[in-house]
Amino acid sequence: MKFRIERDVLADAVAWTARSLPVRPPVPVLAGMLIEAGDQLKLSSFDYEVSAQMTMDIDADEPGTALVSGRLLAEICRSLPAAPVEITTDGAKVTLKCGSAKFTLLTMPVEDYPSLPDMPPAAGTIGSDAFAAAVSQVAIAAGRDDTLPMLTGVRVEIEGETVTLASTDRYRLAVRTLRWKPERPDISAVALVPAKTLSDTAKSLTSGAEVSIALATGGTGEGMIGFEGGGRRTTTRLLDAEFVKYQSLWPKETSAVAEIQTGPFAEAVKRVGLVAEKNTPVRLSFRQDEVVLEAGSGDDAQAVEVLGASLDGQDIDIAFNPNFLLDGLSAIGSDVARLAMTTSTKPAVITGKPADEGDPDYRYLIMPIRLSS
Amino acid sequence: MSRKQQLHRPGPPPGPPGDDTGCTVLHVDMDAFFVSVELLERPELRGRPVVVGGAGPRGVVAAASYEARAFGVHSAMPMSRARRLCPQAAVLPPRHDRYAAVSAGVMEIFRSVTPLVEPLALDEAFLDVAGARRRLGRPAEIGRMIREQVVARQGITCSVGVASTKFVAKLASTRCKPDGLLVVPADEVVDFLHPLPVAALWGVGERTEESLRRLGLRTVGDLARTPVDTLRREVGDAVGRHLHDLSWGRDPRSVTASVPDKSIGAEETFDRDIADPEAIRRELLRLSDRVGARLRGSGQAGRTVAVKLRRSDFTTVTRARTLREPTDVAREVYATACALYEASGLEGVPLRLVGVRVENLVAAGTTPRQLALGEPETGWRQAEAAMDLAARRFGAGAVRPAALVRADRESDPRHGRETDVDR
Repeated sequence: MKFRIERDVLADAVAWTARSLPVRPPVPVLAGMLIEAGDQLKLSSFDYEVSAQMTMDIDADEPGTALVSGRLLAEICRSLPAAPVEITTDGAKVTLKCGSAKFTLLTMPVEDYPSLPDMPPAAGTIGSDAFAAAVSQVAIAAGRDDTLPMLTGVRVEIEGETVTLASTDRYRLAVRTLRWKPERPDISAVALVPAKTLSDTAKSLTSGAEVSIALATGGTGEGMIGFEGGGRRTTTRLLDAEFVKYQSLWPKETSAVAEIQTGPFAEAVKRVGLVAEKNTPVRLSFRQDEVVLEAGSGDDAQAVEVLGASLDGQDIDIAFNPNFLLDGLSAIGSDVARLAMTTSTKPAVITGKPADEGDPDYRYLIMPIRLSS
Repeated sequence: MSRKQQLHRPGPPPGPPGDDTGCTVLHVDMDAFFVSVELLERPELRGRPVVVGGAGPRGVVAAASYEARAFGVHSAMPMSRARRLCPQAAVLPPRHDRYAAVSAGVMEIFRSVTPLVEPLALDEAFLDVAGARRRLGRPAEIGRMIREQVVARQGITCSVGVASTKFVAKLASTRCKPDGLLVVPADEVVDFLHPLPVAALWGVGERTEESLRRLGLRTVGDLARTPVDTLRREVGDAVGRHLHDLSWGRDPRSVTASVPDKSIGAEETFDRDIADPEAIRRELLRLSDRVGARLRGSGQAGRTVAVKLRRSDFTTVTRARTLREPTDVAREVYATACALYEASGLEGVPLRLVGVRVENLVAAGTTPRQLALGEPETGWRQAEAAMDLAARRFGAGAVRPAALVRADRESDPRHGRETDVDR
């Protein structure tokens, strides 16, 4: 194997591929990054859950394949001087030359490396920036407790031209709908994707204009979802768990709808929340023209702040975990936040105030904190 | 327990009682409490070796009369061993409700002296009598009065240590047992402490004693003359400083009327080891139920659930998980305890003891609670509150999980040793 490549191109490709190297490899070869050079250069990594493969056009002088320590290769590529890189195999070693620097790396047996899972059949495409934004809006509500796997995922529902993403940690629920271009107009599929992997993946695929999503609806590649864009393709094993039936959780009625400037509201929640001890709430009292934010009680430090707000409906007192509230406010992507509430113990729904009156494409449901029984 | 008892030297100390000026802390300790209470109803056993404790194969001595102690029997000793040491002893099963009733009467006497009563157990308490001197006299006088009243009203004897600090008072009461009173004058504390073995100090367990012995420190005096930095290096920062302070009689802890619970727990030693995961889970349910009832009874909720699992060879595994929200619901404690048990790798392994404990306690009523999505308005918490009401009216266990009703009917290997363990 022998090929030359630009330093920046290589560093980018290696860094992206190295993301799915296992931290503690279950078998030694999985610590490796597979380099395949021919008409194209392919870099691959796999940890049995997530696979990543980067493909780019090169012109190899001699085609060939090698398996080297991924971690080490990534660190080396990050630190190389700005000069073209030449990679050659020399028996059981790989030599990497860049400017006046030269590295010799040990190789692992290529034949021991597992073959990467097949990409499931393509289901459709979506704008990469829009997809990354939507995933980040939803992934904030996913749980991090691995003992409840169904709460650590983002549910992806595909129904014709509509994709719905949803996640919940039992205390809040974030749902985003967006349009995409399906391969077949009558496509219908669901998948539960690990939230962390999905949000990392979506962010890392914004180099291309579009992301193609591959999802099996039975047959090959079941239990797997694939993403491809800008020469990068990655597959992830799906969570095998039942997602909460969340449609019934939306409140059927609301007794008060408040509208507040998102930025100042978030700032005030942050300030007042400074005195809220762990697991204690920020209390909100909505009146006709204002909202009073309070935190802390009894012998603890206390804070209070008043903001202008418009309220349609009855006055209401309600308390929230300040971090949950801030997550929602930061995700709505709108200058005006709209809170629809029912009672102090019923879920509230946060949305951005839409430019035109229609169903908002992002809704964040948050459970209040009950002050005392 | 046994080691501490070896420190005890019976009989009142020689010489007249010392100067009690400034000695405002009293430690009152009932003499062989459980046995003394039993003897009230079994006077024919007076003067004979008597042991209170579980009679089963895994029974443990809860208390021994002084006559039985002369044979080397002491509490926390396996009953089988006690029987070998003293075959002629009368073995009585423990009746905790009786002891609790007598204890309540004794504590009432203490509280008539001072509101500053800190109970350590059913049978011992610290009293701060600084505020009672004008009304009732000098501390030694008050100690004598308490001893008379306990005998007159409850028919049992106790020993009183009088000193300027809690731990010296406790040592003093141990020293003058049974039926004694000892004043350790403030200016004789060092003379009193220094000849004692290091194990006499509060906080010196077997491990610490071992570390100290490596340094050649056998008595409290040895400890006192060792530079505090050396001690800190050997036994840890906090412990080292603490022990050094104690060795010079410095103990800043004051008598506090009610010490908030740090945890509420219950554990069970089986008569025969149990390996069946179903039976272990049933036991976890029973213990969780009891812990839940006691949490709700005391108006507390806890965030951390811990289980204790002891194998046949006494190796013990403790696993804890902190929940997102504090709970006082037995169902939630049980679910967490089961998950911990399953994750412990001891499923199917024969166990001799299991325990469930809830830590990180907060006041339940005033703690804000994060509500969860789709959570029913009324759930297990309300069901368990209803169980509490039924128990109040018809007795404990009037309503209980169906899994436990069956278990009680079968001849199951429980009823070995069952203890509530609060810290």
